[in-house]
Amino acid sequence: MSLQEPDDILSIAAAWRKAGEDVAIATVTETWGSSPRPPGSQMAVTKSGKMAGSVSGGCIEGAVADIAKQTMATGVPQLMDFGITNERAWEVGLACGGKLKVFVEKLA
Amino acid sequence: MTPELIAALEAAKREGRPVVAATKLPTGEQFLLPDPAAPSDVNEAARMALRADESSTQKLESGEWFLHVYNPKPRIVVVGAVHIAQALVPVASQVGWAVTVVDPRRSFATDERFPNVTVSTDWPDEAMDKLRPDVRTAVVTLTHDPKLDDPALDRALKSPAFYIGALGSRRTHAARLGRLRELGHTDEAMARIHGPVGLNIEAVTAAEIALSIMAQIVAAHRGAPLGQANKKKLPS
Repeated sequence: MSLQEPDDILSIAAAWRKAGEDVAIATVTETWGSSPRPPGSQMAVTKSGKMAGSVSGGCIEGAVADIAKQTMATGVPQLMDFGITNERAWEVGLACGGKLKVFVEKLA
Repeated sequence: MTPELIAALEAAKREGRPVVAATKLPTGEQFLLPDPAAPSDVNEAARMALRADESSTQKLESGEWFLHVYNPKPRIVVVGAVHIAQALVPVASQVGWAVTVVDPRRSFATDERFPNVTVSTDWPDEAMDKLRPDVRTAVVTLTHDPKLDDPALDRALKSPAFYIGALGSRRTHAARLGRLRELGHTDEAMARIHGPVGLNIEAVTAAEIALSIMAQIVAAHRGAPLGQANKKKLPS
């Protein structure tokens, strides 16, 4: 698979939605320290478990996918903090020591 | 996020129009900017973000906004549909650049040799006049043939292109600078040309040379010291 631009992730998300899937989109909105992916990096997730793109070097994608499932169920967007000071992020292992904010929203 | 917003983003991309997707945090209200319906401070911040080519979260009077910048892809104009170009074009596309290959020799510049890329068979100076290199354009000459390279370099030097590279040994490059000097270019202006082209990684194969050129273009684009043109005194 080739690397995808952020807008390609949205195109993939739109195609999934059109095919009848429930889709959530996660976007990096702010970073501090050594976060591997810059603001604007995106990941799309479906209820059925499909994933495209990334918001970190693989450290927090699993946790973001869980949050995405909540957002798909409730329709309420969430702004999440991940970092070493965050209990939750420590659990999911953001080993680089960076901090970031991720906005998770449902694709209408 | 709505399918309509994504469709509008895709349309802007097709038309090469710079836009910003603005999301109010944490509520998720969205605009595709510029949009007169959006608060004026967000429109102004979006304009600045496009210029800086950087997505970021901004605290404004109208609230906290994530501004997602969608500038058209930066461009590379490759003069010379040669073997190294065949290696450079897929690397450049993969890294996210829009590539145009220029070569009036129709046997070289075929769609078969360069699939999925814009190919121009105009003479290089005419091609450059049409392509109008801007501050987000790199120009690389690869033909080794002064008839083709020189007119392209002449036009590149007269443009605001952020990167100019010319394939050829030091001796070839010195001779090239002599000819460009006769066309009225100063040594100071010609210092913009990366020649020999590419980062010095002792590249041997076409693919390795393509890698060294692409790395240098990325370095120049991102403002890394490695991307600065050679400012050493050139033989006159």
